[in-house]
Order: sequence, then C-alpha cells, then structure tokens
Amino acid sequence: MIDLKFTVNGKKVQLRVPGAKRLLDILREDLGFLSVKEGCSKGECGVCSVIFNGRVINACLMLACQADGSEITTLEGLSKNGKMDLLQEAFVETGAIQCGFCTPGLVVASRALLNKNPDPTEEDIRDGLSGNLCRCTGYTKIVAAVKAAIEKESNTRRGDS
Amino acid sequence: MNLNLLHGVVGQSVPRVDAEAKVLGKGIFIADLFFPRMLYARVIRSSEPHAKITHIHLETARLVPGVPAILTAEDIPGRNEIHVVFNDQPFLAPGRVKYVGEPIAVLAAESPEIAEEAAEKITIEYEVLPPLLDPLEARWHPDIHLFGKDNIYRHLKVRKGNIEDGFARSDVTIENEYRTPCQEHAYLEPQGMVAVPRPNGLMDVYGSMQCPFYVQEGVATVLGLPLSRVRIIQTATGGAFGGKEDVPTLVGVQAAILAQKTGRPVKLIYSRDEDIISTSKRHPGIIRYKSGAKRDGTLQAIEVEYILDSGAYATLSPVVLWRGTVHAGGPYRIPHVKVDSYAVATHKVPAGAFRGFGSPQILFAAESQMDELARALGMDPCKIREKNLLRLNDETITGQKLTFSVGNLEAFQKTVETSGYLKKRNQKKETPGPIKKGFGLSSVYYGVGLGAGGIHLARAGAYVQILADASVQFAVGTTEMGQGMATVLTQIVADELGLPFDAVTILETDTSRVPDAGPTVASRATTMSGNALKDACGKLQESLFRAAGDLLQISKESIQIKEGWAVDSGKPGHRMTLKEVIAECFKRRENMAAAGFYRSPEVSWDDETGRGNAYITFAYATNAAEVEVDTETGVIRVLKITAAHDVGKAINPQLVTGQIEGGIVQGMGYTLTEEIVTKNGSVQNPNFSTYIIPTIKEAPEIDPLIVEAPFPNGPNGAKGFAEQPLMGIAPAIANAVYDAIGIRIKELPLTPERVWAALREKEGRDKRSSH
Ligand code: FES
Ligand code: FES
Repeated sequence: MIDLKFTVNGKKVQLRVPGAKRLLDILREDLGFLSVKEGCSKGECGVCSVIFNGRVINACLMLACQADGSEITTLEGLSKNGKMDLLQEAFVETGAIQCGFCTPGLVVASRALLNKNPDPTEEDIRDGLSGNLCRCTGYTKIVAAVKAAIEKESNTRRGDS
Repeated sequence: MNLNLLHGVVGQSVPRVDAEAKVLGKGIFIADLFFPRMLYARVIRSSEPHAKITHIHLETARLVPGVPAILTAEDIPGRNEIHVVFNDQPFLAPGRVKYVGEPIAVLAAESPEIAEEAAEKITIEYEVLPPLLDPLEARWHPDIHLFGKDNIYRHLKVRKGNIEDGFARSDVTIENEYRTPCQEHAYLEPQGMVAVPRPNGLMDVYGSMQCPFYVQEGVATVLGLPLSRVRIIQTATGGAFGGKEDVPTLVGVQAAILAQKTGRPVKLIYSRDEDIISTSKRHPGIIRYKSGAKRDGTLQAIEVEYILDSGAYATLSPVVLWRGTVHAGGPYRIPHVKVDSYAVATHKVPAGAFRGFGSPQILFAAESQMDELARALGMDPCKIREKNLLRLNDETITGQKLTFSVGNLEAFQKTVETSGYLKKRNQKKETPGPIKKGFGLSSVYYGVGLGAGGIHLARAGAYVQILADASVQFAVGTTEMGQGMATVLTQIVADELGLPFDAVTILETDTSRVPDAGPTVASRATTMSGNALKDACGKLQESLFRAAGDLLQISKESIQIKEGWAVDSGKPGHRMTLKEVIAECFKRRENMAAAGFYRSPEVSWDDETGRGNAYITFAYATNAAEVEVDTETGVIRVLKITAAHDVGKAINPQLVTGQIEGGIVQGMGYTLTEEIVTKNGSVQNPNFSTYIIPTIKEAPEIDPLIVEAPFPNGPNGAKGFAEQPLMGIAPAIANAVYDAIGIRIKELPLTPERVWAALREKEGRDKRSSH
C-alpha cells in the first residue's frame, strides 16, 4: 500500500492504494471518473487517455506509484459548470460520435493537442490522435470536429480581444 | 402517406440523441455498472482445438477464499445448449472441446483479482485428438466428423438459365480462385454483461448486445427458467458490427448462471485477448469464380463455388452462407447462373455475423472478375458495369423481379461523375519513380433485412405513449449500437406525432417493454422498428385529430399536425398548440399509449430450385478508389474513396454519411491489413499491436454521396443500408491496385509482403518475356 497525492481535474486527492494498482482503476473505481474507458489494457487503443502533466497518456499503463504528485485531467474536467468544452460541442455537432466508446479518449487527446498547438495542420491533428482508435466513424468526422473546434476557439479569442 | 402530417425533422441532420451522454463520458456502458455485493466472473477455456476432457481439477481453485461458485457442464440446471440456427452448440463443453477458447467452466469471485487467481488454479487434462483446420480438408472428411457425416452445416445453390448455354454463348470466360481472411470485429468496447437475480426467481441481465431476445432465450434455456422470468436490458453498446449478435448470449448466460447459483449480482467483462480469441469473426472464404461475357460486354454466365470456413459450431453460418450465396452475382443482370456454396465445420472458433454477412467475400471475387472481364474485352471497367447493372424490372440471379426502388444506375453515375473517375483514368500518365497511382471501381447491392433466410423473425413491436405535458416516450425491441437507430426513430416519432424532436425520448431497449422484435442485424432496425412505431403513432393520431377537430371546429380530415401545432389546412392561421389538444385528450380520458407492430412483406426461397424473392428490397452502391502503390516496398496508400449509396430516404443525412465513412475504413482494414492468424487452431494475434486496424493516419479522404430511390414499404421511403459501405471496398481497392501496377492479387489482405512478392514475380516474368 502506498499513500498517493495528486490533482485530478483541479481537485487535490489523497488515497491509500496498492502501489501496483493501475491509474485506470484508481480513476474509475476509487474516484468514479467513468469517462476513462478500458478497451485493450495494453496501451494500444487510447480509450483510457487522460492528460497527465500536460501530455496524453494511457491510464491502463500507468501505476499508482507513478502518479504521485501529478496533475491529471480526465474528460470530466473539460466541461466547466455544466458547459461543454468547445471540442465537446464540435464532436456533437459534426457527428463525430457513433458508439461513443472512443469519444472520451479522443476528446481528451484533442484537448491536449490544442493546448499545445492551437492552430495545428490536418497532419498535426492526425499525428496527435494516432494513438486513439475508433472502429465506427472512419475518422473523417473526428478530423472535422477538431477543425471545427479550432475555428470556434479562434472566434472566441477574437471575440475576447 | 398521411396528408395530415407535414414533415419537420425527418431528413434533417439533427444531433444524435445519445451524443451528449457520450461526449460527457457518462457511465452508460456495461463496465460502468456496479451493484452492491457484486461478484466478478471468469471463464475457463479450452487450450486445445480438439480433445476429450479427461479431468477437470477444481480442488485447488475451490480452496481460494472468496470464490462462491465454480460451475461446469454438470452443474447446468436447464439444457446445456445455445440455440442460434441449430442446437449443436453447448453452453459449457460437455466432455469434449472443439476449439481453442471454448468455455469449459465459469467461476465467480469477490474481486477480479481473486477470480483470476482461482482461474489460474484450475487445470484440465485432455486426450488430444487430431483437429481439422482446413475447410477443404474438412469437407467430406471420411473419419473425423464435427457435424453430420460430411462436416457441412449447409449446402446452398442458385440455379438460373442453363449454365452450359451461357458459357457457350460467351466470347470470353475468366476463371479464378479468390481467398479472403478471417476478420475480427474489433469493436472498442469488449463483450460484457451483468446479471442481477431478483426475488421470485426472476433474472435481470444488463449488457452490451445487438439482440436482447436472443440473450433472453439463452438464459431461460440454460438456467431452466420460463422466458417470462428473464428480462434483458441493453446498455449503451460500444460497437458491435455483428460481433454482438449471437456471442452476447454466451456472455449473458455465463454471468446469469453464476448469479442464479450465488444469488448475487455477477459482472463479466471480457479482456481484449479473451474477446479476440473466443468470439465470432468474419468467415474466411474460398471463392472459385468463372464468368462469361459477350464481346460487347454483356454478361452471360457465372459459375461459382463458395466455401466458408465456419468453425466448430454452426452458430449463424447457415444464414451467413445464404446471404453470401444470394449476393454471388453482384448488382448485375446475369441470365445463366450456377452457384454452389458450403458452410464447412472446422476445429476453430465459430465464425459468425460481421457487417456484410457473407457477402464481402464473394463480392471481392465477383467485382475482381468484372475488371478481369473488362480487361479481356478491352473495355473500361466503368463501361462493362454500366452495361450490366440491374435496372427497374430486371431480375436478380435468384429470379426476383425488381419492381421498385432501384437506385443502382443512379448511384453508379453519381460516383463515376463525382469522383472524376474517367477523366482521372484517361489523364493518368506513366509516372517515373516507384510510386504508381491507380483508380478502381466496385458496384454492390445489399438485400435489406433478414430476407427469406430469416423470415420467421421478420417482425417488430413498438410502444409509444404521449404524456400529459405533451412529451413522448417510446420503446422498441431493436438496439442502438452506434449506428444511429435511436436518433432516426426519434425523428420518425416526432414527425408522426407532430411534436418537436426534443419532446420525444427513446427508452433503453428492454425485453419486458415490447414484444420480441427479432435481432438488430441485417440493417433492419430503421425499416422494422420505424414501421412498428408508425403503426403505434397512427393509433395516437386518431385521438389527436379527433380532439383537434372538435376544438378548432373543423373536420378532422382538414387538421395538419407539425412541430407542436394542430393547423387548419384550409386556413393556416387557424390553429392551436398540440399541448392544448393533448390536454383535451387527457380530459376525455383517451388512451394515449399505443402498441405497434409490423410484419415484413412476404419473401420466398426454395432450397431445391435455388430460386426465390429473397429480400423485401435492395440498397445499391458504387465505390471509386484512388490508390498509390509503392513498388519498392509494396505499401498501398488509399488516397480517396468516393461512394454513392441508394438508401431510399436519408432520414438523417449526417448519420448516413457517418455509416458510409465508418464502413469504408473498416473495409479498408479488411483489404489491407486485417487477418486473424491461427496456429494449430489458436489465435496468434489477439491484440491491437499484432491485429492491425486502421488508425486516423491511414484513413483516406472520403466523399460520401446519397441517392434516394424511395422504398414504398419503408418508413418515409427509407431502406436499411449500413452494412453496404464495407462490402465493396476490397474489390475497389484491388481493382485500383491492378490499375496502378498491372497485378491482380486474388488473396486478401493486400499486405506489403504480398504486394511486394507479386511485384517481384511480375518483374521476373516481364524480364523473361523480354529476352
Ligand atoms: S485501454 Fe488503455 S490504451 Fe487501450
Ligand atoms: S465511435 Fe465507436 S469506436 Fe469510435
């Protein structure tokens, strides 16, 4: 058992868990962040994507002991006060969701991408999301959703200034 | 059509009704369900493809604390039988195993870790028997019998005209053998179920599935319960593609039998490798295809032998084979036809339903043949297709006359024109360097619904109720698995009742809410449940029109309802809200709940003559693929696919294009990389680093096009089609590869190794012939 302290979606948490417990299980079972999915348990599908200290990781591959002191964002952390992230809005509007099992991971990975690079090329988008499989959509509308979100974000920035 | 209804939301790309829950990551999937005192299940499986079980050692596993139940075939209270088409499949292996991964025992434990520990302590002794792993060897095998005396689950035929005459009249004949691989569904959400025992011997089972009524039958049979005590509730289903048609029955019973034994809720979620090793896949196919045509390109005859490697139990193979057989000719007029097809038993994991259901294999052959014929005749592949495409009042190979809704030619023309196929092909220049470009076509059609192969299931029930606040709840027995059914049906109900889209709510699919609606397969949900809902809504409209007529003091015939209003059609300003009309209905104590039912039109099939009116209607499509082949590495890059689909009516165009795009990329995976590899019957690549599905990097540009040739028996003219986008992708790409490098590869997938080897072989041939 180890004592674990980290920040999830802006809130500090403190837990006592087996050191070999996967971050995925901690997030889902101990903390109830059910947006974090399990699809392969081997780092191959991306449905367990979370933002970990600013970059996307697969929560199925990370152990509790590695998470100590980190800052983690799950999909639940993207919508603020019941308002969706612009990416979430764009995924809904462009029809980028079918079964929805890949959706949390893809939205999270897209968020990390846009945080780093607010104006990516299509190739940057495809590179940034290449760790997230989707078996339903054929990806066309996912690329369209990210592009639509970029557009929305640049409009808000313009609107703000 | 009812003239009292003006259409509002049908035909519009409204966002999915389930989009918000999904994009917010709500816990709607089976793994997200937790119940107090819940146990965790594990399945113990065969490591042998064919063996007698001589002993199962459970003693050490029983000593592990926290394992309240371990069950084998001997502990089954009901019948040890999973019925799909036949009754040959046991729930737990009774003394003999026939494939690697076959369930032998199930256990439930206090935690997943304890379950795993106990499972590892179970050892099984086998007397290993020789397996049959090759369908050509298994068919008619003299000594080893998996099924019947010949190891054939079903033999089917199609006969039309006179095959000898047909080839005698042909100026060219082309004969080839094609092979297609075993494809894994790779839905991202693995199989999973939670069974919850209820007082009075009732059993609720929640889970990821396409066919709740199949699960209900399985649970009742194996647990020895009447159907009336078993209730199945579908949770959000994270992809299915046919892989959650019959398999969830097994998963559901595995959880339910442990729940029955322990009296506690039991959760069972498959791991990815367990899922890939033990669940159904697309049948590998061997297709021997001979085609004949006249000098002007008119098709004369096809003679086809079609063999599906079906695995250790029949499951859905007899009907998969039937669909493939009926589709053998592609969407063309062919006067002389002889098709013989066989679903053959082998000691491998049973193959089952997968988007296209036995047709992608045979269409790969059929559409490769079309290009080969064109080449032999010196015609453009485009011209030979155009010449032979089925048109209104033509007959299919099974003798079905197409008297309505034939958008075949229109889909073809739309794809050819929009893709710029002819121009691109004609302007194509021999490029220097290793990268060669190519363009290829394929045309396909898809029999909508179960057809004559499953007519006994071709009905659906529905339930609709209008509530006092003018909102609506409805339920159907078909399921949402990502394809968009819930949204499309909500659109239909909204328009039928003249209420706004967001006033209508679809309830989860639950076997206790509606009568058996059959399976959600064969692209049938929109037509079947859509029509059942129309039936229910029609009954409610009666009350609405009567009340509105009285309130507006006009005859009920002149009422129109739309988006929340009842309007006098003669005087549009004369109107009132449907809220008021509905309040009046409640005041009158009208019954504002209605059950609906729909039975599909008759279809027919005769096994003896190999003829029949196989399907209620067909969807049609043409694909154009643009590829690049790297002749140094053998790597194929698909640049663009243009695909026009005749869907009857696009109730939600955004969902239609989503199905086209998704099917295309899944079809591209089938063509280029996907192949389940087995060694002595055991799957060698049960994960996503060895079984390669397309990522966002390989996904091509897609131009999805919609054609609408309305289906008179479809809701608002719609016909099902969502399997079709996958079906013609392999031949379109293979034809484009031929165009690029002049090599016909007759075996899928078109891996770099295979392409590279073919290129080197051709180089050798070219060199020899130039000397
Ligand atoms: S579950 Fe973590 S990458 Fe697949
Ligand atoms: S929407 Fe189903 S996997 Fe992406």
